[in-house]
Amino acid sequence: MSFAVNMLTKSLWVFHLAGSPCNNCDIEILDALTPKYDLERFGITLVGSVRHADVLLVTGIFNKKAAICLKRVYQAAPKPVVVIAIGACACTGNMFRKSYNWDVPVDKHIPVDAYLPGCPPKPEAMISAVVKLVNKLRGAK
Amino acid sequence: MDLGYLILQVVVFPGLLFTAVVGLITSWIDRKVTARVQMRVGPPFLQPFYDVLKLMIKETCIPAGASRGLFLSAPLFGMASAALASMLIWRAFLPLGQTFSGDIIVILYLLTIPAVSVILGSFASRNPLASLGGSREMKLLLAYELPFVLAMLVPVIQTHSIRLSSLLAADPAVYSPSGIIALVVAILCMQAKLTLVPFDAPEAETELTGGAYVEYSGPPLGIFKLTRAMMLFTMPIFLVAVFCGGIVFNQGWLPILLGALKYVGLVVVVVLIRNTAPRVRIDQAVKFFWGPVTVAALVAVMAAFMGW
Repeated sequence: MSFAVNMLTKSLWVFHLAGSPCNNCDIEILDALTPKYDLERFGITLVGSVRHADVLLVTGIFNKKAAICLKRVYQAAPKPVVVIAIGACACTGNMFRKSYNWDVPVDKHIPVDAYLPGCPPKPEAMISAVVKLVNKLRGAK
Repeated sequence: MDLGYLILQVVVFPGLLFTAVVGLITSWIDRKVTARVQMRVGPPFLQPFYDVLKLMIKETCIPAGASRGLFLSAPLFGMASAALASMLIWRAFLPLGQTFSGDIIVILYLLTIPAVSVILGSFASRNPLASLGGSREMKLLLAYELPFVLAMLVPVIQTHSIRLSSLLAADPAVYSPSGIIALVVAILCMQAKLTLVPFDAPEAETELTGGAYVEYSGPPLGIFKLTRAMMLFTMPIFLVAVFCGGIVFNQGWLPILLGALKYVGLVVVVVLIRNTAPRVRIDQAVKFFWGPVTVAALVAVMAAFMGW
C-alpha cells in the first residue's frame, strides 16, 4: 500500500453531485453525515467545492443536458478522485430508463468505483460502501 | 550571530515546522471540542496531519484565465509570515539570541499578511464566488484591524514599551480593568482574524461553497489549511504574550504548565464561540467592529491612560 493511497483513504472529502434526483438519496447522504453516524471519526467531511473533493457522490439520473455538466465536474475534480454512484437511478437509470431524454447510466460517462443501489440506500449502506471502497483502494480482500 | 542558526530558527524551531505541528495539534483540539459540543466522538488525533498530507499528493488545478504566478504564490506568503510571526513571539519567550527581539508593530503587520494572501489568492483565481469571498475578507480586515490595534495599545501604554520582552517582564495587562476590556476586544478580533464563525462570511460554506478557497486544490489548498492551523496557534499565543504574561520557561515546570493552560484556555474560548454563535452578515460584522468593539477599545485605552 503506497503512501498516497494511505493518506487518501484516511481523509476522504466528499462532494455531493446531484443530477436531477428526486432528493431522497441526497437526504440520506445528509443523514449519513449527521452527528449520529459521525463520519468525521474516519476523516470523512463534506466539502462545498469540487476542487476540494476526493469522492464524488453521484445521485440521480443524468439526462442528455445534465451529462455534459457531469463530465465537466469530473474534469474539474483534482485527481486522484473516486466516484460512488448512489441510488438505483445513478446505477441503472431505474424507472426513468425508458424516458425520452435519458441517455446512458453514469458509468458510461465517467469511471465509477462503487455502485450503491437502493431507492434510497440507507446511511448504513453508504458507510458499508465507503468501507468496501477503502478496502478496494488499499488492495485488501 | 551565525546565519545557519538563524535559518534553523526560521525553518525548524520556533519557526515553520514547530508552528505547523503545534498548529495542526491545535486544530485537532478545535475539531475534537466541536465534536464533543455536538455529542460526537470526533476525529482521531492525527486527522489534521492526514488532511494536509493528502492535499499534498492531490493534483493542482489552475483555473483557465487565472493569474498563474499569483494564484500559486499567494499561499506561500501567508504561510511564511505566520511562521515568522510565531518565531518572533517565541524568541521573546526563549533566550535564543538577541539580534532582533521584535516589537509588537512588526508582529501586527506579519499577522495581517495571511489575510492579505487569502485576498490575493481569491482574486487571482478568477472565480466569482472566490472574488466575493475575497472582497468580504477585505472588508473584515478593515473592520477588525482598528479595534485590534487599539486593544494592543493598552499594554503598550501601561508598560511604556513596544518591545514584547519588556511587556513580558512587566505585570500582565489582565490584572488591570483596562487590560480585561482590551483582552475581550482582542479575543473578538482574533475570532475574526481566524475567520471562524460568527465572522466566517469570507468562506461561507453554505452560500459561497468555500469562498476565497473555492478554486484551490491540492498542495496550495494544503498550504492554506496549514496557514489557518498556524494562525490558530499564533494568534492565541500572541494574546497570551501581550495580555497574560506569556509562558515563563526558566522557573521550572509549573509556570510552563500554567502558560500552556492559558493558551489552551484561549483556544477553547475561541472554539466555544465558534460553536454557539450563528454567522453574521458582512455588514453586521463591520458595524459590530466599528461600533461597540471600537468604543470598548477606546474606553480601555483611556482607562489605561488614567492608570486604571
